[in-house]
Amino acid sequence: MSSVPKALKYSKTHEWVREEDDTVIIGITDHAQTMLGDLVYVELPELEFSFEMGQECAVIESVKAAADIYCPISGEVVEINELLLDNPQLINEDPYGKGWLLRLRPFENDFKELLTAEQYTKLVASEAH
Amino acid sequence: MLIFEQSQKGRSARAQLPREITAELDIPAHLLRQDEPLLPEVSELQVVRHYTRLSRKNFSIDTQFYPLGSCTMKYNPRGVHRLAFLEGFLNHHPLSLETQSQGFMACAYELQEILKNVTGMKGVSLTPMAGAQGEFAGVAMIRAYHESRGDTARTEILVPDAAHGTNPASAVQCGYKVREIPTGIDGNVDIEALRAAVGPQTAGIMLTNPSTLGVFEQKIQEIAKIVHQAGGLLYYDGANLNAILGKVRPGDMGFDVMHINLHKTFATPHGGGGPGGGPVAVSERLVPFLPMPIVAKSGDFYRWLTEADCPQTIGRLSSFMGNAGIILRAYMYARLLGAEGMHRVAEFATLNANYLLARLKAAGFTPAYPTRRASHEFIITLKQEAKELHISALDVAKRLLDYDFHAPTMYFPLLVPECLLIEPTETESKEALDAFADAMIKVLDEAKANPELLKNAPHHLPVRRLDEVKAARELDLVYDPERSHSL
Repeated sequence: MSSVPKALKYSKTHEWVREEDDTVIIGITDHAQTMLGDLVYVELPELEFSFEMGQECAVIESVKAAADIYCPISGEVVEINELLLDNPQLINEDPYGKGWLLRLRPFENDFKELLTAEQYTKLVASEAH
Repeated sequence: MLIFEQSQKGRSARAQLPREITAELDIPAHLLRQDEPLLPEVSELQVVRHYTRLSRKNFSIDTQFYPLGSCTMKYNPRGVHRLAFLEGFLNHHPLSLETQSQGFMACAYELQEILKNVTGMKGVSLTPMAGAQGEFAGVAMIRAYHESRGDTARTEILVPDAAHGTNPASAVQCGYKVREIPTGIDGNVDIEALRAAVGPQTAGIMLTNPSTLGVFEQKIQEIAKIVHQAGGLLYYDGANLNAILGKVRPGDMGFDVMHINLHKTFATPHGGGGPGGGPVAVSERLVPFLPMPIVAKSGDFYRWLTEADCPQTIGRLSSFMGNAGIILRAYMYARLLGAEGMHRVAEFATLNANYLLARLKAAGFTPAYPTRRASHEFIITLKQEAKELHISALDVAKRLLDYDFHAPTMYFPLLVPECLLIEPTETESKEALDAFADAMIKVLDEAKANPELLKNAPHHLPVRRLDEVKAARELDLVYDPERSHSL
C-alpha cells in the first residue's frame, strides 16, 4: 500500500498540496509515482507563470509513459525544484519530500475542492478495479 | 563491438567504392568539406562478418512470432517485394513525364480505388509517409473544412483516454486543444461523458475502432450522431483496421476521415521504423481538402491532380508521392488478396486472437475485459500476479524472449495496470499460437515456483536486462574515437 501522509491535501489527479505560510508546495503522490514507474524526464514551468486549477502545469515522463501534471489549485509559480531536471528519480525516491515539483502563491482559497488523505485513499482503492 | 572499433589505418574494401567523379563540381569551395569523413577502415570480409553477425541477433517477423499489440506484425509476402523490384518501378524517376509514368500511376490509382472501396470513403490520397503523418493530414483537413465554412470557434478535439498517444499529439500539432473522454468498465466510450463534452467548440473526435482495449466500440453510431449533431467530424485511427477489413467500413460507421497504416493492414514491412505508408481516406465533404498529389483517370490516361485542380487542398506532405515502393507493395498485396481475401484477413486475425485469449484464460490468465469478445488483439492484466507473486508485466515480457518469442506490447493502454496487449495477426499457424500459449503458461508456472527467474530475465540473449532509465537519460548514440581510445 502506498503512503498517503495525513497532513497533506490531494487532487483527484494524484497531486499533493502542502501549505507553507502564504505559499503551497505541489508534488505527485506515492501512488502516482508507483504507477508511472522509473521517471526519466521532468519539464517544469517558468517562474511567474500563472495556472488555473486543473490546468496542465508540468510534464513528467517515465520508462512507461508521459503524464501531464494538473495544477491542483490556482496560483503563480514562485519556485521550481530545479534538482529534478537532472534527477527525476528523486520523485520515485521521495515523492513527498525531495521530489516536490513547484511552489505556488495561491490566488484564492480553493483548498476546499481538494481531498483529505482519507478521501484520497478511498479514491485510489476505488480506481484499483 | 562497433565496426569503428575494428578499424585499422589504411585498410579498405573496394567492393562498394563509388565511381570517381571527374566532372567539375559546381559547389562553392567554402561549402566543400576539407577533412576526411570518419569511416571505419576494415576489409570486405570484416564488413560481411560484422553485419551478418548483427543480423543474426535480430528479433524479427522473419525469425520469431511477434505478437506486438496494436502494431499488426504480419508476414510481409516475398512476392510483392519481387514485384516492387521490377526494373520499370525501381529505376523510374519521380519527375518523369506522365506519359512515361503510366504504369506506376495505374497502380497508385487502383490502390486509391481499392482503399475507397474497403473503407467506404469517397476520396483517398496516398501521400502521407506514415500513420502519424496521415493523422496530421486528417486533422489538418478537419481544420480546413471548418475554416472554409467560417466556423472558426471550434478549438477542441475529443480523444478517448484509451487512444493511441499519436491522436492527442496530432490534434495539438494542428493547433487544437485536447479533451479526454473516459472509458466505461465495459471498454466502450462513456456516452454520458461524451454528451457533456461536445459543444460549439468541438472540431471533432478521434477514435480507434476496435479500440486499443481490443474490443469493438459498440455504440459507434450513437457516438457519430452525438458528435455530428454538435457540428464536429469523426476521425478514424486506422491502426486497428486489420480487425474489420472488408467486414465493417469506417465510412458506414459515420466516420469523415481516416488514415490507413499500409505497414500494418497491407503487409508492407515495418523495417527499422519505416518506410511507412499512411494514406488518408475521406467522406464527400472533405474530398476538396485531400493532400496532393492524387492520381486521376481521364479515359485510359492517368494524370496527376495538383493544386490547380484542387485549390482547397491542405497541400503536400512530401516531395513526390509518399513512399512509392510501399504504395506498390500495398497495391500488389491488395490485388493478391482480392475483395474476398480481405474478409478472410479480418476473420483469421480475429479468430487467432480469440483462440489465444481462450487458451490463456483457461490457463489462469486474467483478461482485462472478461465479458467482451476480443477483436484482432486482446489485453491480459497481470495485476493479481504483481500483487501475489511480486512479478511485473515487464518481467513476463523479458522472460518470453528467453523462449524465443517477441514480447507483446507492455503497459499500453495506460488505463489497464500491468497489461500485455497481444496481437497474433492472421498469418500465424495454430502451431505458432499454441507454442506461444505454452510459453506463457510455462512463464506463469515459473513465476509461482521461482519468481527470480523472471526478474533477472532474459538469460539467453546477447544482452541481459537493460537499464531503461539509464538508456533514456544518458543517451550514447554517436561514436567518438577520442573517448573510445581512452576506454
